[in-house]
Amino acid sequence: MKHCLIVDDSAVIRKVARRILEELAFEIAEAENGELALSICHSGMPDVVLLDWNMPVMDGYEFLTRLRQIPGGDKPKILFCTTENDIGHITRALQAGADEYIMKPFDKDIMTAKLQEVGVV
Amino acid sequence: MNEADFDFLRNFLKVRSGLALPPEKRYLVESRLAPVCRSFAAADLTELVRNLRSGRNLALENSVIEAMTTNETFFFRDKGPFDLFKDVLLPRYLAARSATRHLRIWCAAASTGQEPYSLAMLLEEASSRLSGWKVDILATDISTDVLNKAKLGLYNQFEVQRGLPIQLLLKYFTQVGDQWQISSAIRSKVNFQPLNLIKEFGHLGTFDIVYCRNVLIYFDGPTKGHVLGRIANALAPDGALVLGAAETVLGITDAFTPDAAHRGLYSKVSQTVSLDRTPPKLAVSR
Repeated sequence: MKHCLIVDDSAVIRKVARRILEELAFEIAEAENGELALSICHSGMPDVVLLDWNMPVMDGYEFLTRLRQIPGGDKPKILFCTTENDIGHITRALQAGADEYIMKPFDKDIMTAKLQEVGVV
Repeated sequence: MNEADFDFLRNFLKVRSGLALPPEKRYLVESRLAPVCRSFAAADLTELVRNLRSGRNLALENSVIEAMTTNETFFFRDKGPFDLFKDVLLPRYLAARSATRHLRIWCAAASTGQEPYSLAMLLEEASSRLSGWKVDILATDISTDVLNKAKLGLYNQFEVQRGLPIQLLLKYFTQVGDQWQISSAIRSKVNFQPLNLIKEFGHLGTFDIVYCRNVLIYFDGPTKGHVLGRIANALAPDGALVLGAAETVLGITDAFTPDAAHRGLYSKVSQTVSLDRTPPKLAVSR
């Protein structure tokens, strides 16, 4: 079973994403900010991270930058999942090491397509 | 809607578009034609069918056909047919057409353009191997509404996220408000034309590759056979046909043989296909 870490400060988004990902047979962990997400990654790298951009404590961009610097941090596939839907943010995310980018709002088809794109489904 | 009106609509759609509507799809007619009733100020389906029976309202006829046509599509749909293009068909025809340096591709049910634009992006990605080549992509569909959208190349956020890798979105699209428009360079590679597959298309010329995906499933057996036979005649002797995952030629036509190594790919049988089998009936009884 593949592991997905959902990082989003919105409990509603985490719940919606969890439902979709569990249907796709993922085992789920959740974090409401980048700092908590990093500590989860330190104890075990997920296969994929669904990552919001704007969060309190540590945002998604900083989380990604730090994750890519720690041992094994290059392994998880990173899917940004955010309302920051402009070319500037998408470009920045990819340059920081994101593998795919989901523009909110999303549905199951989009989520599945993006997971297929990064090769975890 | 009474039985006679439903039967009229089924016959009308079959004759005019090839669409075979089974009796259990009555609900689909009622739901899809309700907006057409409103557009043409018909009180209900009975009045709409009465107007159709008059045979004098071409706009209404076209709207009914367009409303009943399924236009589901997305970029790189099913992935496999595009890997096939990139990894098998393109190398094959780059070698086979090296003397003429001319390749002709036909997307026979292009809908809102995602399939031909996906192929055009793949060609652009392979541009270093295509220097000096002329590559035509013809994209046809029965619906002028979807072709008008296709020509604009303007897609919403949901459409650009279903199947399109983010790198290609960044490379080939620009943001226009809350929509995304494919670049003029990619748009210019595709020629869109309205075409009804059950009518003659010999004038389109000869193609090397035909993508005809997820349209034959809506036709009955004889119509499928007839369309496939004419596609065979529009293909070069070594031409390739790509069908949808749920489609096959087996038991329908002997004009093609499946490629054992590549699912969905069919090769033309060498001789010109005889079309003397009876084509679908071409008259609407009013």
